[in-house]
Amino acid sequence: MRRAVGALLRKDLLVELRTKEAVPAMALFSISTFVVFHFGLDRSSLDGSLAAGVLWVTLLFAAVLGINRLFVAEVEQGGFDGFLLAPVDRTSLLVAKALALLAFLVLVQLIAIPAFAFLLLGPSLWQALPELLAVLALADIGLAVIGTLVSAIAIRTRARDLIVPILLLPLLIPVVLAAAQATAPLLALDGAGPLPGRWLAILAIYDGVFGLLAYAIFDFLLED
Amino acid sequence: MTADLALELRGLGRRYGERPALQDVTLDLQAGRTLVVFGPNGAGKTTLLRVLAGLLRPHEGDVRVLGARLPDEGWRARGRVGLLTHEPLLYRELSARENLRFHARLHGVAPGRVDEALEAVALRVRADDPIAELSRGMVQRAAVARAVLHDPALLLLDEPLANLDPAAAEVLEPLIGRSSGRTRVVTSHDPAGGLAEGDIALGLRGGRVALLAPVAEIDERRVRELYT
Repeated sequence: MRRAVGALLRKDLLVELRTKEAVPAMALFSISTFVVFHFGLDRSSLDGSLAAGVLWVTLLFAAVLGINRLFVAEVEQGGFDGFLLAPVDRTSLLVAKALALLAFLVLVQLIAIPAFAFLLLGPSLWQALPELLAVLALADIGLAVIGTLVSAIAIRTRARDLIVPILLLPLLIPVVLAAAQATAPLLALDGAGPLPGRWLAILAIYDGVFGLLAYAIFDFLLED
Repeated sequence: MTADLALELRGLGRRYGERPALQDVTLDLQAGRTLVVFGPNGAGKTTLLRVLAGLLRPHEGDVRVLGARLPDEGWRARGRVGLLTHEPLLYRELSARENLRFHARLHGVAPGRVDEALEAVALRVRADDPIAELSRGMVQRAAVARAVLHDPALLLLDEPLANLDPAAAEVLEPLIGRSSGRTRVVTSHDPAGGLAEGDIALGLRGGRVALLAPVAEIDERRVRELYT
């Protein structure tokens, strides 16, 4: 399985490097949204729960762009057939796609979060950075696993661009809620508060449940 | 399974929704032999290849490919079948070499096989160009390299010489032609060329078997009748 995951992940990253389709679009969308919030809210700086909400809603919608494109090459260029002919565990495709999406999210956040701090955030980000990284890691795993699962469901339908947000957004409400609640005290104006462990635990449990669910049903999604 | 049978089909049926694409297809193919499949567009030729490749589930009948009963034992045949279709199954943004390396890793094939395969299809000079920048004939040659990279026991070829000039067809003959010695299922619209390639001829019309005979026992006229 490790061999197949490595091959698939390497291929996905190489294709993204050549086409530059997903990551630049996601990053540009994030920055544009922060600018829209900047003018829409008529505020030059945000903090606390409002800042956390703006950050996570933006990252969620940016993720939808990448999730929509995740399996496009497999359908349009015969990648599914090529993969299904190989003597490998089919779950390796789930793992590789989730890791590729995770990599895209991390790359986008390397651009989007400094942009958020520059354009909208009132308090300094440095003090809260280690705790914020923990929240980002758990939320990104949730986005990657659930996004991969939904993308695999939607890709074989004719209305895949519509199906992804319709299925994905309700499933990701708990992730965004928990991530925003965990992030809010970190972005408080009077200095970063303690990281709420309860919301981190909810994120971890949600990641685990959907990880197991995706592992259980992914094989069936590849059947004709 | 009879020891030397590569294919055993008994009453194979496959539908798309309510529409039958294959009905009651029954045949045997011995290892090392070539089945050439004729039939007008929509007769079920490509569907037959995709069922044999394990990409489509058979809905009826007993289907064994290389001794593996489909779909339950399909995993046993995976990696032993090579498929060449109208789609090259190659990523356009990657080069032929990168595509073959990817498939080599998936099939557990030694990396050195990639250069051998590129050499065999006479594509080494353009091996590092993206597939999107190659001519259709070159893409077809790269697709052949992909299909035989893992030295499959069964080759499924959907009009393999489409897009190829005579010189390219000659280059590929040792890999996918009669001289390859492989068990093959080849679809064709060319009665003369197809009969020369095959040992057994299968004619499909409307998803049903309209002709099944050793090629030595039929002539081009019988094949042409399938298209009238």
